[in-house]
This record gives sequence, C-alpha cells and structure tokens, in this order.
Amino acid sequence: MEKILKIDYQKCTGCRLCELVCSVSHHGVSNPARSRIKVVKWESEGLYVPMTCQQCEDAPCISVCPVKATSRDETDGFVVIDYEKCIGCRSCVTVCPFGARSYSSIDKMVLKCDLCGGDPQCARFCEVKAISFVSADRLGQSQKKDAAKRLSIAQKAAATLFPE
Amino acid sequence: MALNRKIAYIDLSTGKVEIKPIPVDVRKKFLGGRGLDAYLLYNHTKKGADPLGPKNTLIVSGGILTATCASATARTHVMAKSPLTNLLGSANMGGFFAPELAWAGFHHLVIKGKSKKPVYLWIHNGEIEIRDAAALWGMTTTETQWAIRRELDDEDIKSMVIGPAGENLVRFANVMTGIKNSGGRTGMGAVMGSKNLKAIAARGTMDIKIAHPIDALEYNKRFIDQITSAKVNQTQGTLGTPFIWGATNSWGGVRTRNFQYNQCEYADDIEPERIDEICTETMGPYHMTGCFGCQVHCRAQYKIPSGPFAGKYDEGPEYTSQGAFGGEPDCKSAETVLTGNHLVNQWGVDNLEIGSIISWAMELYELGILTSKDTDGLDLRFGNDEALLEMVRRICFRDGWLGDTLADGGIPASEKIGKNSFDYLIQVKGMNNLHSDERATPGLALNIATASRGSDHLRSRPAIDLYHLPEAVLRKIYSNPVPYDGPLSSEHTEYIGKPWQVFWQENCYMAVDCLGICKYHTTFLGATLPNFEDWPKVLYYNTGLEFTPRELWDIAERCNNIERLFNLREGLTRDDLKKGDTLNHRYFDEPCLRGAPDVIGAKIDRKKFKKMIDEFYGHHGWDKNGIPTPETLKRLGLDQEPSHLL
Repeated sequence: MEKILKIDYQKCTGCRLCELVCSVSHHGVSNPARSRIKVVKWESEGLYVPMTCQQCEDAPCISVCPVKATSRDETDGFVVIDYEKCIGCRSCVTVCPFGARSYSSIDKMVLKCDLCGGDPQCARFCEVKAISFVSADRLGQSQKKDAAKRLSIAQKAAATLFPE
Repeated sequence: MALNRKIAYIDLSTGKVEIKPIPVDVRKKFLGGRGLDAYLLYNHTKKGADPLGPKNTLIVSGGILTATCASATARTHVMAKSPLTNLLGSANMGGFFAPELAWAGFHHLVIKGKSKKPVYLWIHNGEIEIRDAAALWGMTTTETQWAIRRELDDEDIKSMVIGPAGENLVRFANVMTGIKNSGGRTGMGAVMGSKNLKAIAARGTMDIKIAHPIDALEYNKRFIDQITSAKVNQTQGTLGTPFIWGATNSWGGVRTRNFQYNQCEYADDIEPERIDEICTETMGPYHMTGCFGCQVHCRAQYKIPSGPFAGKYDEGPEYTSQGAFGGEPDCKSAETVLTGNHLVNQWGVDNLEIGSIISWAMELYELGILTSKDTDGLDLRFGNDEALLEMVRRICFRDGWLGDTLADGGIPASEKIGKNSFDYLIQVKGMNNLHSDERATPGLALNIATASRGSDHLRSRPAIDLYHLPEAVLRKIYSNPVPYDGPLSSEHTEYIGKPWQVFWQENCYMAVDCLGICKYHTTFLGATLPNFEDWPKVLYYNTGLEFTPRELWDIAERCNNIERLFNLREGLTRDDLKKGDTLNHRYFDEPCLRGAPDVIGAKIDRKKFKKMIDEFYGHHGWDKNGIPTPETLKRLGLDQEPSHLL
C-alpha cells in the first residue's frame, strides 16, 4: 500500500521537533540545516507550515534530472535519489514546486525526504499529528469527516431557524 | 558534539572578542546553563559593581543539552548582577534562541564593558561581530527582530532583544525572543540597555553530534510519552498556564488588590476557559504553540478581541499576566489582560513586576499615601483598567514623576514616596512577588522567602504540595537521589517537612536549568515527570558524559551554593527586610479573608517560619545566618572560589 506524509499545517505548533529528529536519524547530528523537512513560519501571524516532499506522481524532479538519478521506487511508490548517479547539479532543487528539496552545503548533496525507509520519524514524533503517515488513497478522509460534521451542525442550526 | 560548544568573552568597551573551549572538568563541576552562568558571574563580577555600569557582567547561555536530541531543550538563561535587587540577577526563557546559539557554535557569552553607541551582536557559525544598532534603537521587541532579519537577509535568524523599557533602564525590563518568550525577572533588559546592547542575533548550521543517536532518539520518544501522558501537561497543552489561575483562584491563592484579598471575585471574564474561547474565536481551534522541540505546547495564540488594540496578534497570556493585569489591580476584563500582555511584550518589561508594582501604587493611592498630584491626575484606584494600562506605558517610558519613580523598582520607589509605603510592598530581596498568595501554604512561603533571585516561584516551589499526595508518594519523590527519613506532610497548610521539600526542589530546578530544559518537564506541576533518575541517561545518550543521579544532585547543590555566595558577597543578611530571607509583615499579621474553609483566616506563624528557615539552612549545611560553613564549601569543592577556571 502506497503511504505518504500528510501535513495538516493548522495543527502544527511550530516546535520543529520534526527537523531535529530528521537530522538525528539521518546523520546522527542535531542540525536543521541537514533536515529533509522544514517548518516555514510567519511568526507575527502565528502561522507555521511544515514543508517536505509530496512524492508527486508526475514529479518535476524526476523529469528535470539530466542523469536520471531521481526515480520512482516501484515497490513503495515514493521518489528516490540514487546518489551513485547524482551529479549535484541542484536542478531538482530549483524545479520543485514545494521547495521540498534542499541542497546541503555540509554534505555537498541534495537532500530529500526518503520516508525513513517506511517509518518516518517526523510523523512518529509529532504528538499533535500535524504530520501523519497515511495511505495515499485515504489522504482526504479526515477532511471529509470534518466537513461532514460541519455540514450536519449547520443543517441542524438551519432546521431550528425554519421550524416546520 | 554538545561539549565542543564554546564560550565567548565580548568586551563592548574595546570591541575585543575572545573565544575559548569549555573544559570537560568545568562541565563536570557546573554542567552548563544557569549553573555555569552563576560560576562565571561570581568569577567575573567584582563585589559592589554598579549593575548598570560597565563593570557588570552579562552572561547569556544555553544548557548542556540545548538543541540535542532531548526533550524541550529550548531554554535561554541570562545572568548578571540585578539592577532591581542589587543581588543575583537571573532570567530564563523559552523560544528558539538558545538552540540557534548552539548551532552557531556557542553555549555561553560573557559580555562586559559598555559600547559608546547602540550595537547588536551577530553570531554566525563560530564568528561574532559587533554591529551598529542605531537604526534599531527605539524599536519594539518584535520590530527589532524582524529588522535584523531584513538587514542580514535571513529569515531564520533568532534574536534576543530589548524593547524601549530596556533602553530606558527600567530596572525590571526584560529580554525577549520571538513574540512573547521573556527572560522576565530581575531586570536583565536594563543591563543590556546600560551596555547599549540592543540585541544578540544568532544563526547557525553547525552540527551538534549526538553521542549515541539511536538511543537518544528512542529515549526521547519514551520521555515524550511520559511527559504527554501527565494530565497536568495535557491541560497545559490545551489551556496554557491560565489553567493554574482557575484552580488557584478557587481555593484562595491569588493576591487581589495588592495584598488585601487572596481571591479575585467575579472574574469570569479572565477564567482560563474564557481566555481559551477568545483564542479559539480569533485564531481557530488549533491555537497552541510551543518552544523548540516541546510537546507540551503551553503557549496560546490570540488576537486582542476589542478596545484600542483590537486585532493585534500576540501569544499568551500566561498565568502571570492574569494576575498582573487582572487579579492584583482588580481589573477583571479579558481585554485588559490581553492588552496588558501585548504591551509588556512589545515594550519589553516584566509583566509580573509591573503588575505587582502598579497594584502596590494603587493601594497607596487609595490610602492617600499617593495623591492625584503624584499621579499627574491619573485616577489610580483599583479596578480602573485604563489607569492600569496608562501606568504600564508611563513606567516603560519613564513618563511623569510616578512612572519614573516606579521604573526604579519597589524599594527605591518606597524610599522616594516615603511615609509607610514600604510596609505595603509585597517583595523579597527587592523583587516583587508573583500574584500568588502564600499565607495558607507555608512551604510556598518558605520558597519565595529564600529564592536566590528574590520573591520567585520558579526557584524552589514545591507546587505539588497542593495536590495532597499520599505520604508514601511524597517520600518516593523526595528521598531520591539522596536519602531523607525526616517528616513529610501531605497537608499544604503544614510546616513540617516543607524545608526539605523546598531544598529538594531548589536542587531539582537548578539541575533543569543547567541542562537547559523546561520546568514543565520535571517535578514542578506534575508529580510523575522525569527527574534525577532519568537525566543521567539523557545526558549519556546525547553527550557521552556519564553521571549518577547523586552526582547531578551534587552539581545542582554546588551551583545553588555559588549563587548563595554571590548574594552573600553583595550583602544578603538573613533578617534584612530588603535583602534577606524574609517576608513582608503582612504575611504574618493579616489573615486571608477569602477562599476555601481551611484558607480563610490563614497567616504565616512567625515562630514556625523561623524554625523552617533554620531547618532549611541546616539541610544546606549553612549556619544560623544562612552562610555556607567551611565544611560545606569543602564538600562541594567551592572552598577556593573565585577559582577563575574560565
């Protein structure tokens, strides 16, 4: 089953624990500059949005790669980099519509989310579930339910306004 | 590696910057954060230094665990001789500054001298630059932070700044980072202002190598589960610290009308649920935010719902703001609390001190000790919301005789105002108390009387005393990591056993402050949270350093003693009403008038209180005057201080 990271940014508290555990689990160091996920912030508005790879179906990073270092993993369905082939041209960083790829000047390489091989640590550590790891075909499930709830509340309210 | 973070000595008079490593031997003695800060302050500030002069030393730090793979390592600690108390100055704040400082290569900054013109420090990947801050002078706290980001063209810069109050040398001005994270107490913002230092900006991309990353990650997960499973933290994560207000006010632990009452009546508009409602209405259902790497997310987001500042975004309010702008001045409107909170955050002043000092002035005004001539016509009676907020402005900008007078702090103001105004001032060692009322809780009263930075609830408060835990549970907590077989009482109105609890908490909080983690992650409000038994593992996995729980206890005790030595050197004497381990006479003379049945009529018994102090000193190995004995200093390895290791 294809699973992806679902980002529900409204729930994000902006604590950046995801950035920390990402760099620790990948590199054994604490350093957000080497994290594959980044919380973008508008502090004066209290708005925090975690940004990471969306594992696009028609991924621009795959199309743009001149040496075909980026490809889709057929078994798990997510986008992977073959560092043996990668020449570090950073074209994928420029073309990503989410800015989800970054170039680490420490590692001299392009970084992208690899879903920690199937157990993404950011989702595991996010207590408020702003980041969760879900089946791709159930991505809209919770929004559907939330919207349905709102709808039923609204209809009940409307019914009391116009009694039979 | 956390252990290779450096210490920098910055002389603002000469512009000289010197960077040194922190030897492991020093770490083993003082760990980091507040403990090492206390050591540095004792060694780098001479007796009698003017707190607002170039000879005062300002120390800024993160803890030894800051930005490692441990939970909630967000705390920044700031220390200097206090311009408010002329004793130990110390303030601690959350946010994202200390981690950024650590990624930029530093754990401790020792700032001396005074710049001729306004400057700020720019700390970036191991380098420190002193930059011109003429354009920033006069800006509010958030304006300053955003302006620095624009100037250096980097949105990820985190800065620790002062606002107009710090520039105006208000003696209880704070330092701030982010929207509302404040190093509030003891006037550290005024020390920055006196040095013409507007801000410290940090940005770093340097690795902090984790000694055992997989273990650290897994242990952190366990730690987080332990922390988030505590009911108290779940409540904190929903309502923020205002939840404390609901409980405390209902039993009668909230100072109201300065010190006339111990419960704020008819205060529905500032109950935690009402504040939460406003946050939900203005910011949506998910309006809680947190500091770096923290799952408690105790900080609410809100917009001021009405009034002249309607629509302004801010964070909080904390429990302290409910007291400062609600209970103490008896102004019971959410709009006033939220506006007051916003103003102090923008202008950079300690909410707790300013609320307390204004409510003191209100009492003086109602008693006729202050007149409308002194207030320039302002009707400074209790319950006058507009006068309260206007007074906040006058103090921050030293506007008018009273604003200027109060900006110097309670004791100097009482000397200027004269008459018997001092008798009404709820302070210890020159620092005003939180809005809490400790007359029914002798353990908490002992805590504020003996706290090293003056009247304060975050130094040694045995807050779990209020839960009436079974004695067996108390014993399990309080007889680790050092054995204790003396008395303990589950009753919060009791005197027995409290000195040991306060002593234990004092060491617990010091350990937390050395590690750089938040007090909501230890035995403060929750009895089941991690403490001495757990920290050695976190330290080992993250830094590779090995400690036993007992060794951490000894470090905490050592650091508390060096704070004591500093205070004694600056003139602390046991029974001095202005500089001692004492309480205002009202605690002993005026009984509580409101609250729960066992609270009404409560006051502190002088004799029993004196006995508690004796016992408390005894646990420390201090003599009857509160001075560490030579044996105690030798036991803690402090007999050669100042030893100038760093």
